Amino acid sequence: MRYLPLSQTDREAMLAKIGVSHVNDLFKDVPRDALLKEHVDLPTHMSEMEVEREFNGFANKNVPAGSVPFFVGAGAYRHYVPSSVDHLIQRGEFLTAYTPYQPEISQGTLQALYEFQTQVAQITGMEVSNASMYDGSTACGEAVLMARRATRKKKAILSGTLNPQYVEVVRTVTKYTDDVAVVNPVGTYFLDDLIAQIDDETSCVVVQNPDFFGNIQDYTKLAEAAHAKKALLVVVVTEVVSLGAVRSPGSMGADIVVGEGQSIGNGLTFGGPYVGLLATRQKFVRTMPGRVCGETVDADGKRGFVLTLSTREQHIRREKATSNICTNAGLCTLAFTIHMTLLGEKGFRHLAQLNHAKAVTLADKLDAIDGVSVLNDSFFNEFTVSLPMGAAEAVERLADQDVIAGVPLSRLYPDNPDMTNKLLVAVTETVTEDDMDRLVAELKELAHA
Amino acid sequence: MLNNQGRQTDINTAAALSNNNVTTHSGNRGLDQEELLIYEIGNSQTCGVDLEEVGEFKNRLGGVTRDNEIGLAGLSEPECMRHYTRLSRKNYAIDMGLYPLGSCTMKHNPRINEKVVRLPGLGDIHPLQPVSTVQGALDLMDTLAHWLKTLTGMPAVAMSPKAGAHGELCGVMAIKAALDKRGENRTVILAPESAHGTNPATAALCGYKIKNIPSTKDGRVDLQALKDALGPDVAGIMLTNPNTCGLFERDIIEIADAVHAAGGYFYCDGANFNAIVGKVRPGDLGVDAMHINLHKTFSTPHGGGGPGAGPVVLSEALAPFAPVPYVVHGEDGFDLVEHVTDDGCSKDSFGRMTAFHGQMGMNIRALAFMMSHGTDGLARVAEDSVLNANYVMASLSDVMTASFDGPCMHECLFDDRFLADTGVATLDFAKAMIDEGYHPMTMYFPLVVHGAMLIEPTESESKQSVDQFVGSLRHLVEQAKSGNKDLFSGAPYLAPRKRLDETRAARSPVLRWTKPE
Repeated sequence: MRYLPLSQTDREAMLAKIGVSHVNDLFKDVPRDALLKEHVDLPTHMSEMEVEREFNGFANKNVPAGSVPFFVGAGAYRHYVPSSVDHLIQRGEFLTAYTPYQPEISQGTLQALYEFQTQVAQITGMEVSNASMYDGSTACGEAVLMARRATRKKKAILSGTLNPQYVEVVRTVTKYTDDVAVVNPVGTYFLDDLIAQIDDETSCVVVQNPDFFGNIQDYTKLAEAAHAKKALLVVVVTEVVSLGAVRSPGSMGADIVVGEGQSIGNGLTFGGPYVGLLATRQKFVRTMPGRVCGETVDADGKRGFVLTLSTREQHIRREKATSNICTNAGLCTLAFTIHMTLLGEKGFRHLAQLNHAKAVTLADKLDAIDGVSVLNDSFFNEFTVSLPMGAAEAVERLADQDVIAGVPLSRLYPDNPDMTNKLLVAVTETVTEDDMDRLVAELKELAHA
Repeated sequence: MLNNQGRQTDINTAAALSNNNVTTHSGNRGLDQEELLIYEIGNSQTCGVDLEEVGEFKNRLGGVTRDNEIGLAGLSEPECMRHYTRLSRKNYAIDMGLYPLGSCTMKHNPRINEKVVRLPGLGDIHPLQPVSTVQGALDLMDTLAHWLKTLTGMPAVAMSPKAGAHGELCGVMAIKAALDKRGENRTVILAPESAHGTNPATAALCGYKIKNIPSTKDGRVDLQALKDALGPDVAGIMLTNPNTCGLFERDIIEIADAVHAAGGYFYCDGANFNAIVGKVRPGDLGVDAMHINLHKTFSTPHGGGGPGAGPVVLSEALAPFAPVPYVVHGEDGFDLVEHVTDDGCSKDSFGRMTAFHGQMGMNIRALAFMMSHGTDGLARVAEDSVLNANYVMASLSDVMTASFDGPCMHECLFDDRFLADTGVATLDFAKAMIDEGYHPMTMYFPLVVHGAMLIEPTESESKQSVDQFVGSLRHLVEQAKSGNKDLFSGAPYLAPRKRLDETRAARSPVLRWTKPE
């Protein structure tokens, strides 16, 4: 066994030192009948080459996004990640380190977290960020619980244009507490309706930008209305590249910004691991969940970094902690930070412009097809299209032609007949003009068949 | 040794100047290099990525455009490589040496796992692309589920939890949902004193009150106290087994029976599954739910704080309440159940815990680890991890104070009695280990002994490596007992940073860089 260094001679010498004759003597506290007499019914060990062959077998039964014209988004986006990012995160010193509980020998991880927190605060327009959550959706659930702690009120109002999976996650985390999640009807965003719902019991209003259907809003008035009732505005951003082109939630008056950071530095990997962002204002920092890294000095007065404010956390506070989160998304934050550092101010803005320009180009092309229309007033790199047929069927038939056209909204809203013909289409910098033309040609054929 | 003029280096002068006597202009000390923040090196104009030019187009952002400067700093690719390479060298890692953090299972991370997760057919697939185009991914999840169910002897597994604590939440929510279905409003979760902090934090998230169960003198749950605490208000127990003292709960079956007889459920914290994988099936012990930290037992790298993954195996009683989504065998291959519906298999599900389907990247690595070891190798993992821990205990118990009699499981617990009258605290002792070239063990946990030191060598350490580690600890004990207090109170002396002022960090938090005024 290539991963097990002990030889039979070693094992015998060690058993002798311990003073037992057989390794099973060390399992003597296990109830007698529970110690297995033989190996469980699974395959025996494999060489590295055999393992690789097995995984090639799994991989070959999937259609990689990069192998076809590809337009799927809805909370995870295919961006190009520079090769240096993956090389750096695979350095053993980053990859195989634990959570930086011993700061003197973890400055690499800690300084990178400090840089991450700064970048997240900057792009969201907030004052502080934590060191990550599992993903955007769980960060959204945590934001609702955080708003309750910050306001000591229990009613969260969720916009009808919030990602439906995020809505479900909030429903789940509030299900067994006495929090109330008010979920608005799915579809269009009505500012006045939302404002009318905010009352003295309201802890927060949760909205998304760009929203799930791709539209961009200015939430400044909503923030003012929430603040007038001492409620918080939570803004969700599932495509962080948009922050290079769209006004930041912080500038609109958001109190908590949560985001899915996958777009920067992290591949699709079928939904995880991703990186949840959570940023807020300085005054709420002690109600924030999760780890946070802070600056300090060492005994020689040199600058250094440590995990701090841990009296909020489960390993100290136990049942009174702000969250039960422990392991978060460390290596994904590192990938985010390295990619963002390669982009810098200039590259991040350029990337956002490029995404938007491509999306505008495709939207115009699709709008020109008879029977197909783009429903958005505004959008960044994703928009909703109405088709003259069921979108799920269209996506399946186009997949047979090696074009993956987007997400049929019926997959996320199975009981909503309004969604049957609607397709959510995402366009990133990885999409070429040829890819767009393929989609247009295939859709034309399907629409007119 | 020749210097650049070709003359012999004066050994005596070099020795005299070594260590603290040499000051450098750069602040670097040879390979120990100082590194500024990206904001102090880079600027807003530098970019390490070449992007396609953007042509003319009509903006459709609805007037909500970002015009002011964000403040990001950019680095070119060579600068970026150097910055993060230099930072990486300030970290300790399992690739560099034994990492004895008890309860964390820091074992070797095989690189084939990193290779297969990056295959385009696995790394470059979207969670919402058509199910017909991801049959291999669903097959892989189903295969991993089969391995986990077989290794634990449990009938079902929820694959979406993102980490151990998220898995705990999944298990406790399943318990709550099952009790709701029974129409019972039970309000208390029992947890032993030695529990991980996540256990009470999780129970509290589901609205439960926590009742602590004391430990006995031999480091196990006090069965009588447990039985006395049971009643119609108790929803269940959260118990780690092997427990956080590194011991197998001898009365585990009796505990499970008592909890079940009182109408409660048994949640097992699977953080220490490494000790028993392939040797004992939790399903045979009466467990109703148990999360498995794929980043511990199945070696998906810890990455400086995650990501992890925490699939939860479930008993027949709890399986109907599992969260969506999950993989099922459909007519045309594999399918995904993504919604809770009023009829069908998901009708009792407590809901969705996360967007998409879980930590696929970690699932892939874990399955590669399992397949590499096979059923024979996994049992050996447990045996060698337990053997290494007992060997450490046997090699140190004459000089350090083991808290409980052995045998231990995959980790061994010492307390600070051996440091009595030396003026050296557990923290100082641990920091001195850094100068010896080791990451400290887990300190001050579990809370049931004074000044705890929990050592977990794992199965991927050789005897030679463990012997060297034992040698270092014996040396430190000797130094502590001979009154060499300075070796400890100022430690570490040889790390990239000396002891950091954590009080200052917490009192006036500085959590981000800001442009100097």
